[in-house]
Amino acid sequence: MIRFDAVSKNYPNGTTAVDELSLELAEGGITVLVGPSGCGKTTTLRMVNRMVEPTAGTVSLRGQDIREIAAPELRRGIGYVIQHAGLFPHRTVLDNIATVPLLLGWGKKKARARAAELLELVGLPGDMAKRYPYQLSGGQQQRVGVARALGADPPVLLMDEPFSAVDPIVRGELQAEFIRLQKELHKTIVFVTHDIDEAIKLGDNIAVFRTGGKLAQFDTPERLLAHPADDFVADFVGHDRGIRRLSFVKAAELPLREGTVLPADSPVARARALDEPWVLVVDDGRRPLGWAAVAELPDGGTLADANLAPLGHTFSLVGDSARAALDAALLSPSRLAVGVDAEGAVVGVADAYELSAAMAEDAAVGDAAVSDTAVSDEAEVRVAKSDAGGGER
Amino acid sequence: MNDLLNQIELVGDWLTSSQQWRGDDGIPHRLLEHLTYSGLSLLFATLIGLSFGLLVGHTGRGAFAVASVANLARAIPTFGLVVLVVTLAGLSTTPVLVALVALAVPPILINTFEGVRGVDPDTRDAARGMGMTGWEVLLKVEVPMALPLILLGLRVAAIQVVATATVAAYPGLGGLGRFIVDGLARNNYELVIGGSAVVVVLALVVQAVFTALRRVIVSPGLQPSATRS
Ligand SMILES: Nc1ncnc2c1ncn2[C@@H]1O[C@H](COP(=O)(O)OP(=O)(O)O)[C@@H](O)[C@H]1O
Ligand SMILES: [Mg+2]
Repeated sequence: MIRFDAVSKNYPNGTTAVDELSLELAEGGITVLVGPSGCGKTTTLRMVNRMVEPTAGTVSLRGQDIREIAAPELRRGIGYVIQHAGLFPHRTVLDNIATVPLLLGWGKKKARARAAELLELVGLPGDMAKRYPYQLSGGQQQRVGVARALGADPPVLLMDEPFSAVDPIVRGELQAEFIRLQKELHKTIVFVTHDIDEAIKLGDNIAVFRTGGKLAQFDTPERLLAHPADDFVADFVGHDRGIRRLSFVKAAELPLREGTVLPADSPVARARALDEPWVLVVDDGRRPLGWAAVAELPDGGTLADANLAPLGHTFSLVGDSARAALDAALLSPSRLAVGVDAEGAVVGVADAYELSAAMAEDAAVGDAAVSDTAVSDEAEVRVAKSDAGGGER
Repeated sequence: MNDLLNQIELVGDWLTSSQQWRGDDGIPHRLLEHLTYSGLSLLFATLIGLSFGLLVGHTGRGAFAVASVANLARAIPTFGLVVLVVTLAGLSTTPVLVALVALAVPPILINTFEGVRGVDPDTRDAARGMGMTGWEVLLKVEVPMALPLILLGLRVAAIQVVATATVAAYPGLGGLGRFIVDGLARNNYELVIGGSAVVVVLALVVQAVFTALRRVIVSPGLQPSATRS
């Protein structure tokens, strides 16, 4: 869809912003360009809409060299979102969003109708249409910036650190909304960020750049975490990458024990017989009620009479990742994670150590399937284990 | 004290006497002459100042020349320049107009240039990134955003021209300056003060027109940041 062929950009002052970049971006996915500040992400992005012209190499869009398309025409067909929104202060929110349709000659009425649609799409109330940019919060301005980029429904969207200027809570909201929007729209998106967390959260593919405008690695988030190409990438994705990659392992594949799960009407003696410090008490529908500390149980009666410690978090075997399972284990009073099915009924429990061992195996198997460089897998298992073990204390 | 009251009464008499409102030497005719000179000079000055200001502001080339014009304009006493031109070039319309245009160009040129150059680079970048051509960036973004300053420049120029056009009377070209020149020659101070009062009122009207214009044509989105001008 978008293809870089040995593309370089040297500025007259001698800076090499991008160095011999070759990269092919698939249609309909989010490609994140990530790397430290000044590594050439913005330059790379802006070479796609000819805001920057390469000094060498070719950028092509759907097989066509973009130099064959007049710059204004090319840009009207590509959505562009910039860091500080860059809204036109003299235009209302509605007319900002209508910018490209107006340039394309749709006429005021049609352009504004389209803009009103987009306002709703990005989650802003209709009465904001008549406001001016200075009357909006940073987050709202960014939403308008995204709506404006979507004006003429372009198949390609370029986004340059669109969420970096807002506070973390708003950023989280905008990211979630962005993921929802992309599920609906299936655009081909190039997204620039310096934040590896954001890259992993949003990217279908991630291109990591190193200073000097060199591509260090181009991979899926899973593979980037499992197999960083070199020390630079390993450092950049962070020492907690072992934990992060658990986000990509499905909780459904984890082994769970059922032995310590007892219905509330079980006699206390039966709980004692299990010889476990904690027992999970469930109701008739096997929904979890709480944890019973066996040492503190009364001498007779059933588990229904016991004081139960609160459950903490459970994790779902249908939607959650292994990371949620590990969190559940570490936050539980018994240090045991409770796995539930779609109906909320208990399937079983596991402790952090059991979980991390299984996760490491699972991740290793997953890696081996997609990679023939299985050398680093063993190291990976150790990382995952020591992370989990550290948390257990 | 009595003298002053007396003077005011005499000026009042002059302004209200029916004879001042008729004929070639009446206020309406002189006012019309005055407005013609002022209007023509302002028109030429706007054509020159606006086009160069927009060109230099948009392309960024020639900023040094604009800055030089600005400094020169600040250094030279404007009224002196006009008197000099008229004295040297003699009694005809052209030198008066040239002098008034020369007076009016700098404020228009400088403010237009500053207004366009002052547009936030992010905004300009966004405009290009949306697919605007150079002309579209200029007309749809830079000019509307520079309007508060452009209007300021036009207003300063207009008021200066209206006030200075009184010199047209020296080479015998008429206008409101006629009253002042004649009054001085005849030691008739009612005439001097009355003529000056009409010029002052005209300047106030110009000011009011620009204030109203600004309210109508400057986008409300720009008002908060534009209040400084
Ligand atoms: N117009 C320019 N002239 C000279 N150097 C530039 C210019 N634009 C960017 N650079 C340099 O190119 C490098 C890459 O910049 P950029 O693509 O903006 O990096 P990033 O977006 O990754 O932070 C930086 O070293 C920057 O200083
Ligand atoms: Mg950047």
